[in-house]
Amino acid sequence: MYGNDFVPQEDAPGGGLLGQVEAAEVALREAAARSREGAAAPGEDPAAYFADVIDADQKIEPRDWMPDAYRRTLVRQIAQHAHSEIIGMQPEGNWISRAPSLKRKAILLAKVQDEAGHGLYLYAAAETLGVSRDELVELLLDGRQKYSSIFNYPTLTWADVGAIGWLVDGAAIVNQVPLCRCSYGPYARAMIRVCKEESFHQRQGFEILHTLSHGTPAQRAMAQDALDRWWYPSLAMFGPPDGDSTHSAQSMAWKIKRFSNDELRQRFVDMCVQQAEILGLTIPDPDLRWNEERQAYDFTQPDYDELMRVIKGEGPCNRQRMEHRRRAHADGAWVREAATAYAAKQRAESQREKVAA
Amino acid sequence: MKGPLDFTLALALGDDALVAAQRLGEWATRAPEMEEDIALANIALDQLGAARLLLSYAGELEGAGRDEDALAFLRDDREFRNCLLVELPNGDFAVTMVKLLLLAAYQVPLYTALAGCADERLAAIGAKARKESAYHLDHAALWVKRLGDGTDESHRRAQAAVDQLWPYHHELFTADPAAPVDPAGLRADFDAVVHPVLAEATLTRPATGWTPGGGRDGVHTEHLSFLLAEMQVLHRAHPGAQW
Amino acid sequence: MSTPGEPPRTPVTSPLWEVFVRARRGLSHTHVGSLHAPDAELALRNARDLYTRRQEGVSIWVVPAGAITASSPDEKDAFFDPAADKVYRHPTFYEVPDGVDHL
Repeated sequence: MYGNDFVPQEDAPGGGLLGQVEAAEVALREAAARSREGAAAPGEDPAAYFADVIDADQKIEPRDWMPDAYRRTLVRQIAQHAHSEIIGMQPEGNWISRAPSLKRKAILLAKVQDEAGHGLYLYAAAETLGVSRDELVELLLDGRQKYSSIFNYPTLTWADVGAIGWLVDGAAIVNQVPLCRCSYGPYARAMIRVCKEESFHQRQGFEILHTLSHGTPAQRAMAQDALDRWWYPSLAMFGPPDGDSTHSAQSMAWKIKRFSNDELRQRFVDMCVQQAEILGLTIPDPDLRWNEERQAYDFTQPDYDELMRVIKGEGPCNRQRMEHRRRAHADGAWVREAATAYAAKQRAESQREKVAA
Repeated sequence: MKGPLDFTLALALGDDALVAAQRLGEWATRAPEMEEDIALANIALDQLGAARLLLSYAGELEGAGRDEDALAFLRDDREFRNCLLVELPNGDFAVTMVKLLLLAAYQVPLYTALAGCADERLAAIGAKARKESAYHLDHAALWVKRLGDGTDESHRRAQAAVDQLWPYHHELFTADPAAPVDPAGLRADFDAVVHPVLAEATLTRPATGWTPGGGRDGVHTEHLSFLLAEMQVLHRAHPGAQW
Repeated sequence: MSTPGEPPRTPVTSPLWEVFVRARRGLSHTHVGSLHAPDAELALRNARDLYTRRQEGVSIWVVPAGAITASSPDEKDAFFDPAADKVYRHPTFYEVPDGVDHL
């Protein structure tokens, strides 16, 4: 076919998704501009007001009345999301010191740094719901709140850094783009910022794998091995199948969640197939094939029993990741105390000066 | 005029920045506070950026076809020209911040002088890196004050860090009158910045005559070889591969 | 992504700061989010590293979250509706005869 032998920039991996993020941002502004004729006043009937705002696709803001369960659901989801960003720094951080070129080292460092930033945006969004970051960090360190199970798998080779970027960040973006339209304002705004920054993450992962798969035989093998190990855990990132998902229906009604686990998983598979072809790598699923009738790929489901075991704490790296986080937190305690003590001294000093003046 | 002296200088400063970046990068996921994780990564990225510019230029001056990666990943420790200060292990947060204070207080006047030197490329690198180093200096000074004048424990740790690192700063100012920038001329600026910060932090400079050195001649501490082994392992395992 | 004046928080060791960034000269500072820092100096630096990694700003304000007094949604009518009938504050209120430029 004439004129189709190039890939326009917006069709590169992540490009279409970035467009969706921008569309979500536009929708947020448009919904904000719409007036709700005859809407209940917030003071008279808060529940009706809340329902009106959700119906109009507008955003609930921190000081609005909201059902307790809505608040709890959001706190749990945003906190787990934040924890995932922070724990998710470890598998990739593992390769910063050994990155094979200075350019790759810089990109990886910037990416891991972004993840810390995303964790902080999300903790800040959770804090608007009346819970403190310290409490949430404590819940993580005590093992009472979870993070995404994918980060309990090890990064054994450099190609794993590529696979995390392409598959794990790719799956995360598919999950997160709809959250840019979430009904809770601070979460939606945080997600817009996160998604915009993450588009580079997925591209760098794809580029790493592309370079490897077009490199030496050893590099190619490294890339295929990474895909073999990360494919099914990435599919499992979308959570249990719809029939087994406990929180979904209410979250969909509240417009916290916009699509079901299975819908998002399908979208991800459909995206990856063509990208794997460009990489020249084989997705480790003999039953993967196009279904003309469904206009989607049929594929083998991930092992959900394995997912449940990893969530329970029996993945390859659960203990290691938690111990690492606990140690960093404990080792930093004296520094945080010092900064607090110094700030108190400075405040006392300026008080004394004021009194003296 | 570009000559072997520019090469020597670009290589030495590039190695300082590279090894400093490698050490700072080790902090990723381990900082005392999440905000500080981001700050340390920023500083590491600045050092890494300066290292890449300096090593690329050193490779061009050398004219032997070595690029930044060949210089970073395919030299042994005896061929590295960084000062000893940057290769010392991170230690606790106090060691890292005092080390950064000493390094940045040296790099700011150094890059400032470089910005005015005759070699245009070095001058451009100096002009860019000077601003970054000024921020590193600010960050380190802020933290050294907080640690020195914070709690008893933080004071004890900060003083121990100063005691450990202070001897290593002398190497930075070893006179080299023929170099495009003579390090000996930077000491006054360094003192003018560092002494007041330590004083405000209630920290004292140790009275010791020990002045370890040798990094600029490729004679390092035992630590550098380990650092390079880790940094170079993957690159060396696949000779000639592209990444 | 915090909005000022939230429901009460349990006390934390390191206070919360709200961050405002001026994206470019000529624009006003806009709320971009929040962060924790023990004091103002560190808050400002943390804000620079967290919210302007991609050259998003030319100027930053940090404000202790506790120092912000916010209106509540219940007060919306009293606070903001009086402005709704003051259409004369908007330039489109005025009819300009044809042929008048630069107004």
